[in-house]
Amino acid sequence: MFNKTVARLTYKALLGRRRALLLCALPLLLIVVAVAVRLLGDVDDDVTKQLLGGFAMATIVPLIGVVAGTGAIGPEIDDGSVVYLLAKPARRSSIVVTKLLVAIGVTVVFSAVPTFVAGYVLNGDSQQIASAYAVAAAAASVAYSALFLLLGTVSRHAVVIGLVYALIWEALFGNLVPGARELSVQQWALTLAQKVGGSGAGITSEVGTATGVTLLVVATVGGAWYASRRLRAFTLAGEE
Amino acid sequence: MSPEPHATTPVATPGKPPGQRGEDVIHNIGYRNYDGPRLGRGYARTSLFEQSLRGAYGLGRSAKSKVLPMLLFAVMCVPAAIVVAVTVFTKAKEMPVHYNEYVILMQPVIGVYIAAMAPQAVSLDLRFRVVPLYFSRPIERGDYVGAKYAALSAAIFVFTATSVLILYVGALLAKLDFGDETKGFALGLVCCLVFSVLHGGIALTVAAATPRRGFGVAAIIAVLTIPYMLVSALQGIVASQDNTSAIGWLGLASPGSLVDGLQSKLLGGDNAFPRGEDLTAAQTSAYALLTVVLIAGTYALLLRRYRKAGL
Repeated sequence: MFNKTVARLTYKALLGRRRALLLCALPLLLIVVAVAVRLLGDVDDDVTKQLLGGFAMATIVPLIGVVAGTGAIGPEIDDGSVVYLLAKPARRSSIVVTKLLVAIGVTVVFSAVPTFVAGYVLNGDSQQIASAYAVAAAAASVAYSALFLLLGTVSRHAVVIGLVYALIWEALFGNLVPGARELSVQQWALTLAQKVGGSGAGITSEVGTATGVTLLVVATVGGAWYASRRLRAFTLAGEE
Repeated sequence: MSPEPHATTPVATPGKPPGQRGEDVIHNIGYRNYDGPRLGRGYARTSLFEQSLRGAYGLGRSAKSKVLPMLLFAVMCVPAAIVVAVTVFTKAKEMPVHYNEYVILMQPVIGVYIAAMAPQAVSLDLRFRVVPLYFSRPIERGDYVGAKYAALSAAIFVFTATSVLILYVGALLAKLDFGDETKGFALGLVCCLVFSVLHGGIALTVAAATPRRGFGVAAIIAVLTIPYMLVSALQGIVASQDNTSAIGWLGLASPGSLVDGLQSKLLGGDNAFPRGEDLTAAQTSAYALLTVVLIAGTYALLLRRYRKAGL
């Protein structure tokens, strides 16, 4: 199921040129902010939670997911070079699984690791807050990668749709309509943070642990399955 | 090309047979010169403005390109209508959401609209290499930049001011105090204007840097949203550390919170900052100064960008 050549090509496409710049800039921003907050005043667990929950989980992780998830397949479909890949005797599903694994790897490295570093800088992992958010970021990365990879195969405007989901659905409607929070990858992933975090950490999530984990798995597997289905029935898009 | 007809050069008038021009003509196949009125620079500028403004709502473009702006426009206006309905039916003494607050609250929607429309205004010209064609007409660099800047700002202004207008009409229908509401509405329009000009300039500057639409969309969203989220998170932290003056200073760091702070102090609204405190005098002047610098700066950057039109 894992195709080394596809993996190498995807990896190069993700970490080449300007995309890599964006992928590095976001985590760097998070760490710089963490250091600045640490230097400015005394930092307690609440502050750490505010920064990791309100900025890292709500902004950085979805954005990295959008960039890496759609970047794994979108540009190839856009410029038409995916045809050469599909013409090779490789299973479509293995192409999708390989691309997904690479995207997950990149997203986890660029979101979970900086989240942990930022948390550690802020309060030195007291109450396991840093590890809790790192675990949540990793779990969210997996689901985001699958969803946005699927988006990349469905629409040419995958980046815009992904950003609309990440910013309008999770940030705006999540704040105004309580029901919208239950349908957000971020909240599902936070159930894990709730489990890992210490009892004094007080990280809360809108959904129960079992529900959250189930939904994460369903989103990931379903996204990968439908993406490979889309790729199997791939038609060449004409000019717009 | 000058706007006047070429009176001094010999003109092959319709009645004369070809071949009667000056001796320097090697091969005259009888093309006629245009000697009708020339509409000139001002007309070209207005047309460019008008076309860009219409384009920002998909008017005069394919049905597919109307979907996104109209959908976002509906998303922007429907909550305002709901607010009006609630106010009218509950016979409330005042609107649950104030004019300025509504604009600040709906920022993510406005942000997506700006991000979708700014690249469409300038990136496509760059991508299909038609910028040199514009500059082969009587317009100059300043006309092109000015027209595009004004068109995008006007589009954002229409986008935001319409929902403010809905709120105002609703307030009058609900028989709220006419004087208060009219004053609030006028200040709300000024708030929309500042918001539009500031955001239009920032978005155009980013969009003009890349000929690729998708990349421009992502970059504008990033520039508008990431700083706002960051500022909100940091303000929350600073507020919990009881450092109230820092809240105001932090607001300078993103365009959204910049407008928010400015309208709360000068345009009679409440800001969405954690403590809801007013800015100090020094902060207010810093906010106003930064807004002016940003607007002038983005305009200057755009002028500089188009100095070499060959791209």
